[in-house]
Amino acid sequence: MKTNSIVTGAIVFACFTSAPFAAKQSSFNPDISLTLDGRIGAYSNDSDYELPGFMLGGEASRGEQGFNLGHNELSISANIDDMFFGKLTTAIAEHEGQTEVELEEAYIETLAAGNGITAKAGRFFSDIGYLNNQHGHAWDFTDAPLIYRGLFGDQLIDDGLQVSWLVPTDMYFKVGVEATRGERFPAGGGANDGNGAQAVFAKFGGDVGVSHAWQLGFSHWRADIEGRASGSHDHGAGAAVEVPTYTGESQVSGVDFVWKWSPNGNSSQQSLKIQAEYFVRNEDGDVALAGSDPLELTTYQGKQSGWYLQSIYKFMPRWRVGYRYDRLNSDNQGSDAVLLTEAGLDNEGHTPERSTLMLDYSRSEFSRIRFQMAKDDSYEDSDTLFFIQYIVTLGAHGAHSF
Amino acid sequence: MKFLIRSFSVLAMLLTSAPLLANINVFACEPEWASLTDELGGDRISSYAATTAFQDPHHIEARPSLIARIRRADLVICSGAELETGWLPMLQRRAGNSKIMPGKPGYFEAAVMVDRLDVPADIDRSMGDVHASGNPHVHLDPRRLQVIAKALLARLIVIDPQGADYYRSRFTNFSQRWQQAIRQWQHQAKALKDSRIVVHHRDWVYLFDWLGIELAAALEPKPGLPTTAGHLHSLKQTLTENPAKMIVHTAYQNPRAAKRLSQITNTPVVELPYTVGGTEQVKDLFDLFTLTIEKLKGAL
Repeated sequence: MKTNSIVTGAIVFACFTSAPFAAKQSSFNPDISLTLDGRIGAYSNDSDYELPGFMLGGEASRGEQGFNLGHNELSISANIDDMFFGKLTTAIAEHEGQTEVELEEAYIETLAAGNGITAKAGRFFSDIGYLNNQHGHAWDFTDAPLIYRGLFGDQLIDDGLQVSWLVPTDMYFKVGVEATRGERFPAGGGANDGNGAQAVFAKFGGDVGVSHAWQLGFSHWRADIEGRASGSHDHGAGAAVEVPTYTGESQVSGVDFVWKWSPNGNSSQQSLKIQAEYFVRNEDGDVALAGSDPLELTTYQGKQSGWYLQSIYKFMPRWRVGYRYDRLNSDNQGSDAVLLTEAGLDNEGHTPERSTLMLDYSRSEFSRIRFQMAKDDSYEDSDTLFFIQYIVTLGAHGAHSF
Repeated sequence: MKFLIRSFSVLAMLLTSAPLLANINVFACEPEWASLTDELGGDRISSYAATTAFQDPHHIEARPSLIARIRRADLVICSGAELETGWLPMLQRRAGNSKIMPGKPGYFEAAVMVDRLDVPADIDRSMGDVHASGNPHVHLDPRRLQVIAKALLARLIVIDPQGADYYRSRFTNFSQRWQQAIRQWQHQAKALKDSRIVVHHRDWVYLFDWLGIELAAALEPKPGLPTTAGHLHSLKQTLTENPAKMIVHTAYQNPRAAKRLSQITNTPVVELPYTVGGTEQVKDLFDLFTLTIEKLKGAL
């Protein structure tokens, strides 16, 4: 009798009677998340950075020497109503003594379109490749793979629309298309009526037993490029600044693969991740030296490709060690070889490659300290790079993507 | 002609029989909820547990296979109270499935159906992995589980009204067996009352609340943070002054810290199943409590 009353008591004190569908107990304030990123860098080589065979743009650089700040980001997101999710991310960075606020992401996304359809509009990280849609602070290394640096200026971000469909199969199978403005690097030029770039992607994935999970992706991106500018070129005192620009068609195809293992699928103790991506870009158009008088112009047929393979091993809670190997190839042709060389498109017989080692420690999910060392042969002068980096997140708990 | 009629009638049979075998796809974040849904849903549902007893439900990756599963789910049932905050919202956003979004009938959070313990008055990240809505490991109190079962019954009826009678009769059957089991467990566990037990993580507060067990200390200095040498030392002092009966941990937690404390304080270590599948014998919720009490008593 006594035990019976305990049971009924338990039923009485509970608040199920109205059966609320209420879910989160959070308030109506959006999730705010602030990421702080600071570094110390050291190189063995002081010459200007270049990537032979590639015109650099966007965020592409090998990082700075000494104390410096990485991307400090402020992100605000929330479900807008039952149909939409919205997110805004600004990166605050210092470039040559100027503090710049960059709009990294500003998009809305459908939550309840149903039937596996999701649409996204605004400024977003493209879903091509594996790493592209991840924030820099979620990367396993301080810097982007060389092929991302060479083709996309670290990351492909654009303004437009994305529609994806998760096919109702046992295996994970998702397809998507993107139509974007194509004004930012590497599309370049707001011509084409503000609708200059398109992408398609397909992703497959699944588990093998309880301990293994994998994902395979294919992607393609194209743009009609109008005057994509690369780093300026100064011929000394008094001379005009000449900027190599590319105009023509651009096609990028990629394949990406990720394999993750953890004992019994319990990644909180130990885990291993193997990740590889390959991209190839074909371009056909003209390269001009904007600012030259008379205008120097050459035809250009470019074929640039590259891949990386990396592995991250979490050998005990909080500690991870990783290795990455990068390699690029290019075979660029044009009517004026000298001009191509000036534009940085001649690979000068060099095959850029790089080996990177990293060790990081995460006190909690919100803080990480990383040590990284690279043997960088991305251009002729071999370089050894060291970084110590902290990345911390204040505020909302960002959900982990695969 | 005859053939056509026959194939039509076969087709008609298939179509009309389909609603009878309504197969409600249930995506359960943890095995205990898959098991509870099976108790109520029987043949009308097919449940899938996204995690196993060997995985830490705080830290799961939003794997492609989970996205594919949740996309086809009619009902998602999870502990809630922010236990799955690191992965479930990502799955929901990626699934393109309007039925299982927060606020929809297809999303069921168990912890909000009951009164929670460990609700912090004030919250700060320096306190470790604490949940603003309180301790989410509610399934380890069978009285609360009964309340959750009743709320789940109501929800199943909303999602699949045609099965209402079926679910009700299964719930009645389950409740009778459950209440009887609770009485039996409480009787068996009398010896455990007022025992002091050290835990790895505060997964056990609801079990202890039910059985009147005193939580002596936790191996984690703060929720979610690994044990340190300094913390072990202070635990040793605490236990020397006021000994505990045993140290308990789950299958997904590394037993190293528990073993270390056991060595320096001479306190036995017990691995408890924690959820369905935690050991081979634990095939459902009944086994879970029977075995848990057996193991606890065995170490007294």
